[in-house]
Amino acid sequence: MIREGSRILLEVRGLRAVVNGIEILKGIDLTVRSGEVHAIMGTNGSGKSTFAKVLAGHSAYQVTGGSVLFEGRDLFDLSPEERARAGVFLAFQYPIEIPGVANSHFLRLAYNTVQAQRGKEELDPLEFEDFVRDKMKLLEMNPEFLDRGVNEGFSGGEKKRNEILQMALLEPRLAILDETDSGLDIDALRIVTTGVNKLSTADNAIILVTHYQRMLNYIVPDFVHVMRAGQIIKTGGKELALDLETRGYDWVGAEQPAMAGA
Amino acid sequence: MSAVLQNLVNQPYKHGFVTEIESDIAPKGLNEDIIKLISAKKGEPAWMLDFRLKAYYQWLKMDEPKWPNVKYPKIDFQAISYYAAPKPKKKLSSMDEVDPELLRTFEKLGVPMHERAALAGVAVDVIFDSVSVATTYKQKLAEVGIIFCSISEAVQMHPELVRQYLGTVVPVGDNYYAALNSAVFTDGTFCFIPKGVQCPMDLSTYFRINTEESGQFERTLIVAEEGASVSYLEGCTAPKFDTNQLHAAVVELVALDNADIKYSTVQNWYAGDENGLGGIYNFVTKRGLAKGTNSRISWTQVETGSAITWKYPSCILQGDNSVGEFYSVAVTNNYQQADTGTKMIHIGKNTRSTIVSKGISSGHSNNSYRGLVRIAPTAAGARNYSQCDSMLIGDKCGAHTFPYIQVRNQEAKVEHEASTSKIGEDQLFYFAQRGIGSEEAVSMIINGFCKDVFQQLPMEFAVEATKLLGFKLEGSVG
Ligand SMILES: Nc1ncnc2c1ncn2[C@@H]1O[C@H](COP(=O)(O)OP(=O)(O)OP(=O)(O)O)[C@@H](O)[C@H]1O
Ligand SMILES: [Mg+2]
Repeated sequence: MIREGSRILLEVRGLRAVVNGIEILKGIDLTVRSGEVHAIMGTNGSGKSTFAKVLAGHSAYQVTGGSVLFEGRDLFDLSPEERARAGVFLAFQYPIEIPGVANSHFLRLAYNTVQAQRGKEELDPLEFEDFVRDKMKLLEMNPEFLDRGVNEGFSGGEKKRNEILQMALLEPRLAILDETDSGLDIDALRIVTTGVNKLSTADNAIILVTHYQRMLNYIVPDFVHVMRAGQIIKTGGKELALDLETRGYDWVGAEQPAMAGA
Repeated sequence: MSAVLQNLVNQPYKHGFVTEIESDIAPKGLNEDIIKLISAKKGEPAWMLDFRLKAYYQWLKMDEPKWPNVKYPKIDFQAISYYAAPKPKKKLSSMDEVDPELLRTFEKLGVPMHERAALAGVAVDVIFDSVSVATTYKQKLAEVGIIFCSISEAVQMHPELVRQYLGTVVPVGDNYYAALNSAVFTDGTFCFIPKGVQCPMDLSTYFRINTEESGQFERTLIVAEEGASVSYLEGCTAPKFDTNQLHAAVVELVALDNADIKYSTVQNWYAGDENGLGGIYNFVTKRGLAKGTNSRISWTQVETGSAITWKYPSCILQGDNSVGEFYSVAVTNNYQQADTGTKMIHIGKNTRSTIVSKGISSGHSNNSYRGLVRIAPTAAGARNYSQCDSMLIGDKCGAHTFPYIQVRNQEAKVEHEASTSKIGEDQLFYFAQRGIGSEEAVSMIINGFCKDVFQQLPMEFAVEATKLLGFKLEGSVG
């Protein structure tokens, strides 16, 4: 079912990509409309993170076929930073540490860059401090994380929270959350997913990559896709995730050929 | 240039040896006559000539050092002209005459407008009417008894002070380049802070050397008497060109009881083109003597230029409880080579030293840290902490660390930490994913990496140095 007044945000057709000469993505089709939440599930190594990184423009991956339109524009015409400024956000499965660069400085620069792109007001360090502290409250994050290096020495769960903090700051059009749930304790999962839900509007969309139903209890998907060997081999509603939880992945694909998303 | 010096230089040639030399530039090559000529041209007293000759004869017996981790074609020391009459820089009459490339650089570095003019050699009064800046500056210093002048002027005006201290920290035969410098130096800076005086402002070469070409063999001597303190800034972030390829400076610092000397350098000599051709060879001997009890010598350097840098600002911690510090950022790009570091020689009791070295290499460059910590048997309770971090940008550059530690006292404590990191594709991607381009990302990472050193720089210098690094590494990624 298509929401009233929604529009197509992302249109992926036959996307193929290689890394180090190995083809990982073998023809992905996916359509994401505003207001939607899509979950992508699938076995380890099936290409979920690769798909996310290709959309974000990681230079290690070469696109060898297919097309991606983002809000009607060819996504591959944009550099990674232009994609980010245009509203594509990736919460990384493994956020990298950047020692020596203060988190507060990094967050402010990212925020101001995106604000400038949108023709909105940039904040000076003091204004930003207040602004970011509010957002951190939402995620029940200790402000001391502002003074530390970006992700430097953060625990697994703390890194994930810092990713969602960035999502909250940058208010993306399309947020791709790559296994944001892994590493979060039970309380943190509730806090972070509540935060994500608050950010979800009729104008934006979320792609959730996850292995577990528990995340989807909080952020209820409109579509669930199953990925295997670089393709989306099955698409269903939120009940598909429950099926997968009980039955595993083996049965998928034995039934019917791949179907494009929505 | 000072009037005194001007007069001396312009004096008719009267001493009589090597009569065939009348021009303003000495013939190429080095021999006793040339040294006598230099000394005579400068109207120096006999002890100064003796100093030079002694250095020369030691130099003759020495060999060029081969141990640094740098490669360059053999220098023909007989193909260099060792004396040219100091001449004022060519004055330009307006900013329009300045090389646009240079202006672009100033712009990027954020050099203030009035300084741009001065640095580019535009007559100051054309651009802004604060000709009196330098004069006011000198007056203020004179009021508290500080001497701050060219070393040539000091030899004339304060011979007893120069004679007392010159060569006491870096002896004439200390090393090949220092010996050469001692024999032929033509100019440099002298700075004397009398007992109990806290220098009211940072002393900057900017106010001294702007009116003349700096020499190829610069000589600097800074003396802080009991309880005196001074912060001295050398160089500037603006790129510095010179037609002389070889530069061999000597800097000597002397700190008496409770004195404090902080020496900060931002070095941005021409580094050669992107293939490494034509850059300056910078072979410098810098050494501070913490002579008195509780004295302190602190070196901070940001080395970004030169094709080859060979430089080890050192501290001799002679006084009990004296402190030596070395904070360094050395950046190499393209085909630059740097072999730099420090020596901390602990002699007095409870002497302490800190070494923080940050080497950044990119392109095809090579960056070596070489540090010696020596604890003499007399240095009971001495402590040293060293931290040497290297950062690589790309995979064609090299970073090397050569720590030498010699401890001859059981009670001493020496700590050494080292790390190597790389600016990786994934880090840059993380920045990009948040909308931040690679230039800015690199600059943020580098500034984070250098923070401990930049904190030591005087505020304005730190801001400039930050920009300079970004500029130096521009285009080194992506
Ligand atoms: N740089 C690379 N070089 C070689 N192989 C790679 C590279 N990057 C990814 N791959 C391979 O591509 C495949 C897909 O990896 P990807 O990270 O996209 O899987 P995933 O679906 O996210 O798995 P997980 O659920 O474990 O996170 C894996 O087999 C992986 O080893
Ligand atoms: Mg993954």
